[in-house]
Parts: sequence; C-alpha cells; structure tokens
Amino acid sequence: MAERLLEVKDLKVQFATVDGTVKAVDGVSFDLDRGKVLGIVGESGSGKSVTAMTLMGLTRDVNSRFEGEVLYKGKDLLQVSDAEMQQYRGAEMGMIFQDPMTSLNPVYRIGEQIVEAIRTHEKIDKRAAKNRAVELLRQVGIPNPESRVDDFPHQFSGGMRQRAMIAIALSCNPDVLIADEPTTALDVTIQAQIIELIDRLKDDFNSAVILITHDLGVVADVADEIIVMYAGNVVERAATRDLFYDPQMPYTWGLLGSIPRLDRPRPERLHSITGSPPSLINLPQGCSFRPRCPHAFDRCREKPPLENHVDPPTHLDRCWLDVEYKRAHRGDTIAGGKPEAA
Amino acid sequence: MSEVAQSGQPLIEVRDIKKYFPIRKGLMQREVARVHAVDGVSFAVQPGETLGLVGESGCGKSTLGRTIVRLYEPTAGQIIFQGHAIEGHGARKLRRLRREMQMVFQDPYASLNPRKRVGSIIGDPLKIHHLGNKKERKARVEELLETVGLSPEHYNRYPHEFSGGQRQRIGIARALALQPKLVVADEPVSALDVSIQSQMLNLLEDLQNEFKLTYIFIAHDLGVVRHVSDRIAVMYLGKIVEMSPAEELYRRPIMPYTEALLSAVPVPDPDLAAKRERIVLEGDVPSPINPPGGCRFHPRCRYATQVCSEIEPPLVEYGNGHLAACHHPLNVDATLTAVGSAPAAGAA
Repeated sequence: MAERLLEVKDLKVQFATVDGTVKAVDGVSFDLDRGKVLGIVGESGSGKSVTAMTLMGLTRDVNSRFEGEVLYKGKDLLQVSDAEMQQYRGAEMGMIFQDPMTSLNPVYRIGEQIVEAIRTHEKIDKRAAKNRAVELLRQVGIPNPESRVDDFPHQFSGGMRQRAMIAIALSCNPDVLIADEPTTALDVTIQAQIIELIDRLKDDFNSAVILITHDLGVVADVADEIIVMYAGNVVERAATRDLFYDPQMPYTWGLLGSIPRLDRPRPERLHSITGSPPSLINLPQGCSFRPRCPHAFDRCREKPPLENHVDPPTHLDRCWLDVEYKRAHRGDTIAGGKPEAA
Repeated sequence: MSEVAQSGQPLIEVRDIKKYFPIRKGLMQREVARVHAVDGVSFAVQPGETLGLVGESGCGKSTLGRTIVRLYEPTAGQIIFQGHAIEGHGARKLRRLRREMQMVFQDPYASLNPRKRVGSIIGDPLKIHHLGNKKERKARVEELLETVGLSPEHYNRYPHEFSGGQRQRIGIARALALQPKLVVADEPVSALDVSIQSQMLNLLEDLQNEFKLTYIFIAHDLGVVRHVSDRIAVMYLGKIVEMSPAEELYRRPIMPYTEALLSAVPVPDPDLAAKRERIVLEGDVPSPINPPGGCRFHPRCRYATQVCSEIEPPLVEYGNGHLAACHHPLNVDATLTAVGSAPAAGAA
C-alpha cells in the first residue's frame, strides 16, 4: 500500500469577527496517500480554500480557532510552533494559488523568486540554486528557460506565470502539492495544459496532490477521490467514478447539472442551484443545503451525518433522502441521463 | 435558442473591420509598430440572433466587441447598424446610438463604481438620456432590479454588499435600462462559479426572449458559448478562422484550432474524459504585433505543412453557412472522423 502522507481528522476552523464567529470549516476529514490526487469541489465560501490554507498553516491568527487534527506523516501540524511550521511549509508541502497575476512579486525576477524558495529550505549557493531554477522552469514547460529565468512576472503570459508558480511550489520537492483553483483565471486551452502538467509532475516528483476547484469537470479525469464541500462541511466523499456515476447528494447533482456539457445534446435550460450559499456566521439549522434543496423534507431540519448508504463503503454522503428516491430523481437535475455517444 | 428572423436586414453588420493599436516610442512618440488586434473581420447578425465569439486571451474578441459598440474607433472597415454606417459617427450621433447598443462587462468587481449606489448605477443611463422624471426613473430601476432577479429594496445599496453573481445581475440591469436592441456581453460569466454561471446563462436567455434582444456573446469556453449561441465565430489572432451554426460547429469542426478548443473543454464524466483524445495546444497565442505569416495558426497546428506558412487561407464556405479558413480542412468529404460526428449534410 502507498504511504499515507496526510490524515485530516474532523478539522474545524473558526474565525472571530466583529459580526460573530465564522464557521469556515466545520468538520472535515480525509486521507491522502502518495501518488494520489484528491479533488476538493464546492462554490465560493464553501470552506475549500480555508481547508487548504489551514493545512499549510496560513490561517494561523489570534482570531482563529482550530479543532481536530492535521497529521502529516503522523505529526499534528496544528500543534507545531510557527517556526517549526516554516520547516514544513514549502519544503514538505507546496502550494499553488489561484491568481498567477497577484501571487508573484512584480518587482523580483522569476528566477529570484524560485531561488528564494530553494534557499529558504536548503543550504546551497546562489549559482546552484539558479541552475535548479532553470531546470525547474524547463520541467514546467517554459521555453528558453535560460533566458526567461531573468524575466519579470509581467513579461510572462497568464499560463506561463501559473507554470512559474508551479515551479516555485515544486522547488523543494514537496511530498504534498496543494493547488487552489490553479486554472480558474486561465483560458480553457491553458487550463488543459496546466491540469495535465500537474498530473505529470505528480508522477515525476512522486508526490500527492490536492486539487481545489469549483468545476467538477476539471477534476473528472485527474482526481482519484473527490470531496464535495458545502458551507464548511463535507457533504459527499467518494472515489471519482462513484461520485460521477452514482452521486448521492442533491448539491452534487446541482453542481453536475450546472455545467454546459459538450458530450451531451444541448438542454433547453441549464440546471441552476437557486439562491446563494448561506452565511457562515448564521448557518441554517439542520442540513445546511436545506434552503436551496428542492428535495428537502421535514427530517432535514436535523443535521444528517456523513455516512455510507451505497456500495462501495468508501462512498459517504450527508443526506437523509432514501437511496432509491435519489436514484429515481437525480436524473432531472443532472439532465440527459447517459451521454449521447461515447 | 431564440427564433431568428432568417430573411431581411441584419441588425448589425461589420465589413472588413480592423483595429490596430499603435506602439509609440521615443521623444517624438513615433509609431514603431502596431498591435493587429482585429485584422479584417466581417459578419452580420440578424435581429434576435445570438452570435458567439470564441477564442483564447489575446485573440482580439474583446477588442472586436468594444469596436462594434464604438468604445474603440475602428482603424478601417464598416459598421452598419440597422442599415446605417456608424463607423464615422461623432459624439452626438453616437450618444443616440448607444441607447440601442449596450455592453455587459466581464469583471463584476471592476465594472461597477464602488462609490455609487445601485439605484444610480442602473438609473444614470436614464438620466443621461433624459428619460422620465426622478420618480419614473426610480420606478423603472426597481422594475429592472426585479427583472434580473434582485429585489427593489436593493436600490440604495452599494456594489460591495453584493456577491459576484448579484453584481453581474446589476451590470445586466444597467445594460437593459435603455431598452437596447443589441447587447454585447464580454465574458459575462467567466468570473463566476459554475453554479452561478448557469443562473446567469438562463437569465440572459429569458431576457432575450422577453425583450427580443440580439446578443454578441464573447467567451473563451466553448461549452458556455454553445449553450447560448445560434451561430459561433471562432477567432484567432484578430481574424475569424471559422464561423458556423452552433450545433454544426460541434458536430463538424473544420479548422484544427476549433478542434483543439473543443477538446480542451473539460468533460464531467471520468470514463469519457479518459477515452477522449485531448489535443493540448503548445504554448500561447503568438504576439499580434508580428503575427506569423501564412495561416496565423500554423506554428501551433499539428496538421501544418509548407503551404500553411506561406499562403494565408481564405475563409471558404463548406455548406450550411459553415465558413472556415484552412488549407487542411477536417471533417470534410469522406474524412468524417472523431468528435462523435454524424455524417454532416451538405459538405462541400
């Protein structure tokens, strides 16, 4: 069996604000093995980014409260000091941020930013670090890395900047790579390049990847397992094929139905999830998706547990609905049933 | 899809339109080069039709959209709106024209003035065009807010109090305030979550049916464009390289660039995604300052041969109103392959 790198157990993150306590993450659990890709999917405000940033120790603050455990190779990262966290951040876990336009420093050359990351964690001289930077840029597919290493971020296109970000994240050979909406700001063609690159680098660097996105289509062919988050909760968790072919949570159906699909005949109307996600300060009682769920009934006023209802036992969901009812009704939401022609 | 008046005068037509941006250098600000943002584009849009414009960043689709509504001055070419050439109109004539053509912008965060209340963001166009008194304008804004799915109570709020999707609704209400005939929507859903994106696409469709709108819909995602468009034009480096009725384009892409764009759209079906051949385009769109000679797509094209780098292919009709510019057209004659294509009728 593959080595277990990360074990998150009932993670809760709360922020104290003047308006009240924000329950950004409210009980998230998952495991991540070497060589695997975990997809975390949900709308803005579902807590997926806060989860990722907490793993990296980026949400530490006087107003933050944490519960649960984040075990990295058995060590609880929630308990380590800030100084010790610095040893993990970057070296053991690398992160790629959403917006390549703002996450690179505009006044430093690309190479300097990679060298800085390397020399923070390793004792090597500048020249060797620079050579590594060139090599990394080559690996992420930047043409002419010898000269481009001295460019400033504004001389790179959006896709190239995201590649440079990936080079920085990979510079210290991290075991876990966290990519937070790495392609949302990019064109579909560049998105395809970047996703393929992340998937390939995962094998080259023998690491594990957490891929965060709001679009289920993006993770369909790279993720091994997918977590669907809503209002700080995991509402469904399953192996990728199980999630796509036997989705159990009406919220997952809604996400699937919202995508304009090229593999199916064009529907009259796209499905849309009515309303918007709830305030994390004032969560609805019971199932947090209840106010937007067309299938809600009395029992939903009580919060459903994350449990297994279908085969295989690894498929968990947080919904009171009867499995047979769900299988009979989800087609209307996802629309179209089976694909047109495979 | 909307009902399209097939015959008769197009609402808007552009003929060989060009927009170059000069690059100036030195003390005398001498022009040293030109960005060929839009380089000879022609098409016509019928009343009630939706034309989708797709392409990667830097292909000139936004510039084209802005030139059509005369936010930019065209360098050359004609814009004919309701039978009148408008490319030479001065400020006064343009103002009258702008009641007829409006724009929805991409970024709902940057396109609303943060210091103005929703009431004046939507109401100012009415004021500028002297439509109604204060009371009437307020009633109209409240009506518009309801039309786009917001509440009249939002009249006195500021943009920051709204989510991305709600802001985009405000932007749409502003565009509709003057009851335009043509709406140019520049990536109206790209900045939104998929769930909100589908709400917005449905709203745009409802509004089109209700107000008989004509859309030019600009986006980089062919999945989104297919859903709203009657016809689609694919742009690459300032030129239209393929134009076709929407479904036809998906069944039978002729230009290799279109094929690549189609294959890049993620499919939310793991088995299908694994089986499907994904054509990953190498690199980025080349610089429009010095576009490649011959076919502009040839440096990234997997079918390119000698001729592609020498002679620029003209936009040729392949039947069914399907135009493409390519020396090595795909899916023509007996070469119907891939992309789940049914034999297309009327192949040239």
